[in-house]
Amino acid sequence: MPEVGALWEAAAGVTDPEIPVLSVVDLGIVRDIRVEGEEVVAVITPTYSGCPAMEVIARELESALRRAGAARVRVETVYWPAWTTDWISERGRVALREYGIAPPAKPAAAGEELVPLTRRTDRVLCPYCGSSHTQERSEFGPTACKAIYFCNDCSQPFEYFKPL
Amino acid sequence: MDSAVRADLFEYLLRLGDDRLVLGHRLSEWCGHAPILEEDIALANMALDLIGQASNLLRLAGEIEGAGRDEDALAYFREAIEFRNALIMELPRGDFAFTIGRQFLVSLFGVLYLEQLARSAHEHLAGIAAKAHKEVRYHLRHSADWLLKLGDGTPESHQRMQRALDELWPYTGELFETDEIERRLAESGVAVDSSTLQTRWLEEASRAIEAATLAVPNESFMHTGGRRGRHTEHLGHMLAEMQIVARSFPGAKW
Repeated sequence: MPEVGALWEAAAGVTDPEIPVLSVVDLGIVRDIRVEGEEVVAVITPTYSGCPAMEVIARELESALRRAGAARVRVETVYWPAWTTDWISERGRVALREYGIAPPAKPAAAGEELVPLTRRTDRVLCPYCGSSHTQERSEFGPTACKAIYFCNDCSQPFEYFKPL
Repeated sequence: MDSAVRADLFEYLLRLGDDRLVLGHRLSEWCGHAPILEEDIALANMALDLIGQASNLLRLAGEIEGAGRDEDALAYFREAIEFRNALIMELPRGDFAFTIGRQFLVSLFGVLYLEQLARSAHEHLAGIAAKAHKEVRYHLRHSADWLLKLGDGTPESHQRMQRALDELWPYTGELFETDEIERRLAESGVAVDSSTLQTRWLEEASRAIEAATLAVPNESFMHTGGRRGRHTEHLGHMLAEMQIVARSFPGAKW
């Protein structure tokens, strides 16, 4: 049976199929990897309830752990505590920016009024030119976790990983 | 868990799951038909969130029931009379104002409800609710935004938004109905007693509706029946479309 450290390393080789530069460990969805007798248990949590990538991620995680020498693997899904973009590592945020996705700002406005009648949008830096002269186009983007923004300086539309 | 509690919880989870499944399906009908591309994407995204939540809730319902039914069996192989969603969820999508009006009224209810449910004594259910709460906050921001734009927009958008609220209003009372099952589960800390949320909901809804220069409907007649399986004619038509592939090719995989 391989060491837990080696198992984590193997898990870090699995990327989010929607964001192929981001490891599922840096994304913060692998909550635990432990050895129980002859079995390796990996605990994952979804980013969004309807995230269609979860099945693929669970399958790829299982085969990565097998390749690292685990004979039996069980992948468990937990919902509590709920995933937050705060769990994306610093390395993950850099990878997102380099890929052209602006990393999330502070977590979703706690304390904001229940029904916001004036909209405050996050101040988001353009991942291409670094400008703060950007504008929200839609809070919903090509995947559940991203919003669509536009940079008024370099005229480039880009995705923003929205805080959750 | 004794069998009476199990039966209560199964019924309760069907209500929570069916609300989201039916509303999610109605929203998904906009895919390819929304007024602008960003909205098409937004509505499809919200549909995905809701169907994801439904799938988590119905999977748990199937486990509690213990009769071997999973979330797909519950979604695709039950008849309309076995669905437990509130009637407001099944109404046809209508025009864009109607869809926005429903999203606003229902998301506001959802945020208030899920905030409480996230503290449920049933740990698994609390986890599903905490996740859903974060998602529905985004849904509420989206629909409140549009409520303001349409209400305080052109005469045409204002009139359509008002008509939508007037049509939807008599379906909102059912959201706050509670019965023996919910009261028993609420007493043991598992469920939320939705009747306790009505005052806050009405305050917040009124504040936004008035800010959008619209009138809060003063209709007091309220439809009911969804929680007992008595639905409008619309649900059957919707299910026929939603269920046909699963029923024509049971067990199909792709």
